[in-house]
Amino acid sequence: MDDRQLQRYSRHLLLPEVGPEGQERLLAARVLLVGAGGLGSPAALYLAASGVGELRIADPDRVELENLQRQIAHGTADLGRSKARSAAESARALNPEVQVQALAERAEGARLAAWAAEVDLVLDASDNFPTRYALNEACLAAGRPLVSGAVAGWRGQVAVFTPGRGGCYRCLYPQEEAAEEATCAAQGVLSPAAGTVGCLMAVEALKVLLGLETALRGKLLQADLLAQRWRVARIRQDPACPCAGRWRAREDSNL
Amino acid sequence: MNIKVRYFASMRDRMGRAEETVTVDREGITVEELWRRVAGGQEMPPNLLIAVNMEYTDASRQLKSGDEVAFFPPVTGG
Ligand SMILES: [Zn+2]
Repeated sequence: MDDRQLQRYSRHLLLPEVGPEGQERLLAARVLLVGAGGLGSPAALYLAASGVGELRIADPDRVELENLQRQIAHGTADLGRSKARSAAESARALNPEVQVQALAERAEGARLAAWAAEVDLVLDASDNFPTRYALNEACLAAGRPLVSGAVAGWRGQVAVFTPGRGGCYRCLYPQEEAAEEATCAAQGVLSPAAGTVGCLMAVEALKVLLGLETALRGKLLQADLLAQRWRVARIRQDPACPCAGRWRAREDSNL
Repeated sequence: MNIKVRYFASMRDRMGRAEETVTVDREGITVEELWRRVAGGQEMPPNLLIAVNMEYTDASRQLKSGDEVAFFPPVTGG
């Protein structure tokens, strides 16, 4: 780290859990963030400000007026622009040292498999079941940790899935074909509820990248922000889930 | 035996109550059987999250007296 980096990250360097060694780890880390909406916006901004080395932001959609109530990586001037490009620009403005790449394409198939293989960690900030199952599959195949978040109404949830340590997203939601879901478009969402969950995802991603233990590994945090009731419960690994025995441990990683 | 049942988010709206205590006449009733009973015979919605005593589980889990069962609808918004 040069003098400017020592200054920029000084408040991280003071933390015993981060320190110079941890900050170097973050500066060397590559992260794929899928979704640049209500969860992806704060996650992208905090990961960039934290000094994650490479941040790849994937989102096929364009910024629409109803997004701006909560998707804070985009401004009014970004209406009609690619969300991936707009969020990448905001992340770069916060921290030009971060290599930010915008991927304005849907996360699916061979493309997603390649994306997942090239990074150390994946964040699922998407807004639909098909993308969530595809991300789970890609992370299982590539042996990458997956930080998963979702929000609707006043409620949010976060889970961390890591290779070889407990279940996967499909263990949580096994019925891929029959998905009836709570979405922001259907039931609305409180603006900072999305922010809260996106920030929690950034917290968990940093912990995994730093090699810190997290209480959310193999567990699901559910937060009801209206009642301020937070619960953490263990996710049972489903013996019938295709993930059983399928996590491929990554040889060059100790995440 | 008595089982405490809690409904969250849209499940609460759907059931018209946040929680209840259900008395059943035998041990070993499954979550699915409990659901049919509280939901008037309706099928369990897909991907409903079930937690028994703060651990997620599937609908075939057998219950014992004093268990707390919670139902959460799936959330996928981003
Ligand atoms: Zn699984």
